[in-house]
Amino acid sequence: MTDVAVETRHLTRRFGSMVAVRDLNLSIAKGEVFGLLGPNGSGKTTTIRMLCGLLAPSEGTAIVAGVDVRESPDRIKALIGYMSQRFGLYEDLTVAENMDFYGGIYGLEGTSRRGRTADVVAFLGLDRRLNQLAGTLSGGWKQRLGLACALLHQPTVLFLDEPTAGVDPAARRGLWRTIKQLAERGTTVIVTTHYMDEAARCGRVALLSQGHLIALGTPDEVARQVGGHNLEDAFIILQERDEQEQGA
Amino acid sequence: MRRFVPMFRKEFIQMRRDRLTLGIMVGVPVIQLLLFGFAIQTDVRHIPTVVFDESRTPTSRDVIADFENTGNFRIVANVDGREALDEWIAKGDAQAGIAIPHDFPRDLARGTTALVQVIVDASDPLSSQAALAAAAGVAQMRNLEILSAAAHRSELPLEARVRPRYNPGLRSPNYIVPGLVGVILTITLVLVTAMAIVRERERGTLEQLIVTPITNTELMLGKIAPYVGVGLVQMTTVLLLGRFVFDVPLTGNVLLLYAIAFVFIVASLALGLFVSTLVRTQQQAMQAAFFFVLPNILLSGFMFPRQAMPAVFQWIGAFLPLTHFLKVLRGILLKGVGVPELWREMAILLAFALVLIALSVRRFHKTLD
Repeated sequence: MTDVAVETRHLTRRFGSMVAVRDLNLSIAKGEVFGLLGPNGSGKTTTIRMLCGLLAPSEGTAIVAGVDVRESPDRIKALIGYMSQRFGLYEDLTVAENMDFYGGIYGLEGTSRRGRTADVVAFLGLDRRLNQLAGTLSGGWKQRLGLACALLHQPTVLFLDEPTAGVDPAARRGLWRTIKQLAERGTTVIVTTHYMDEAARCGRVALLSQGHLIALGTPDEVARQVGGHNLEDAFIILQERDEQEQGA
Repeated sequence: MRRFVPMFRKEFIQMRRDRLTLGIMVGVPVIQLLLFGFAIQTDVRHIPTVVFDESRTPTSRDVIADFENTGNFRIVANVDGREALDEWIAKGDAQAGIAIPHDFPRDLARGTTALVQVIVDASDPLSSQAALAAAAGVAQMRNLEILSAAAHRSELPLEARVRPRYNPGLRSPNYIVPGLVGVILTITLVLVTAMAIVRERERGTLEQLIVTPITNTELMLGKIAPYVGVGLVQMTTVLLLGRFVFDVPLTGNVLLLYAIAFVFIVASLALGLFVSTLVRTQQQAMQAAFFFVLPNILLSGFMFPRQAMPAVFQWIGAFLPLTHFLKVLRGILLKGVGVPELWREMAILLAFALVLIALSVRRFHKTLD
């Protein structure tokens, strides 16, 4: 495998006459922390769904972790990790049971499962909460557990879909530290977020608007391309432009 | 299929911890069994009865005793006038009234027809029918005695000898309890499966599962397979309670019954899966399931005989798997019959299971995409 973790070529998705994602070309390196930004309806979610093999592209293609999403969407699922803002936890299972379950779903068995679980537990500091019901955890701990479940099978690419919604500032900072560590170990992390201070922590960001790629580069470059002092300015400029176009 | 196992295991842990599910699985069978087994008796006895005996003679008292001896009438009061009798019935303090006119002993002695009036409160059809039949019986017995004495015959010219087969004691529990197995399986399995799947959607875990390598089939099977076990346990509980508490016989091949029950359970689970694709929340799942339960109880022949229903409703009933499973249950448990007598029902149930699986699996897969 090359150093490219995700590559999209002319990736397009239509729903009826509406084009949700139009001719998207991205190349994301191994170990990169990549931000997907854009207002609601910009095509972020559709892009992620295509990259996870959940939604077939209408045109173009994407290679994720060396696998073509058009050819074998099911193989991709074993190579990626995914965590949404709802964390996907079973609140009536304990921390350990949740990890056991996801480990099993990812096909980990016996010693490899135990070994991986111990690693992830140590990495995320979950060891003292193993027997607590997931439903009784605070938002920050739920987020760590959700991340733990998504990391058990050592994914090549990790998708975090608005991972810090409803989580306190300390936990948000903790998550970003974890993301950096994962990237240093070679995991590619693709994040969507509404918080521009978080987007600024990404290595590179892509700004989407109405299915188009508006700007691509480091956070500073993107801010300049759109014509703002920082990402937050750029984002607001973009959103206002969208609203005007829709009004016209 | 190896991902089926963790799914299956998880489902059992959740089942154990969810009070609502546990309540439905354990509570529904026990409560239903007690309610239907003890409370519902279709053979009506001891109807509260008020008597107005105008003649006050030994003969009239004899006739009243005859009524009481049938066991269908329980004399609750003697009144002095026709109006008082009507009032008792109107108030509902009595459901039947026996009025013996002044001329009764005289007519009887003369050989003209002597009248006993029996008034029944027919606002309750079941008990009034029992009263009517019993009253007719009392008069007939008396007539027989008098006529055979007059004809100097000690033997009856004709007798219809009725043998109530398969349930000689005409006991309600023998009829109700086997049916209850089917009703309980229908209610709990459709409801619990639908809720279990909708819960995953509500809590966002379904969204998480579809990005894992688990296939739709593994997901679905792991989700509903535990409830096959639940169904079999429920069925065993009801059969055992029926046997030892209500003395309901287990006449036929119980193994065959379990085999057919398995098919019925699968059909019910498929139906639950189908319901889960139609609703978005657990509450809606409950409402949908209850909407479905009522026709099952009313039209399947569980409580009311299908032969008495208009053709339209018999047709609707024929589209409920429960209708056919009831025939199997009563056939095996009460009549002790087997495959030669029940192959039609078995084929229909199998067809139901296959069609329902095909339908709901397709819909389920669609909702995942």
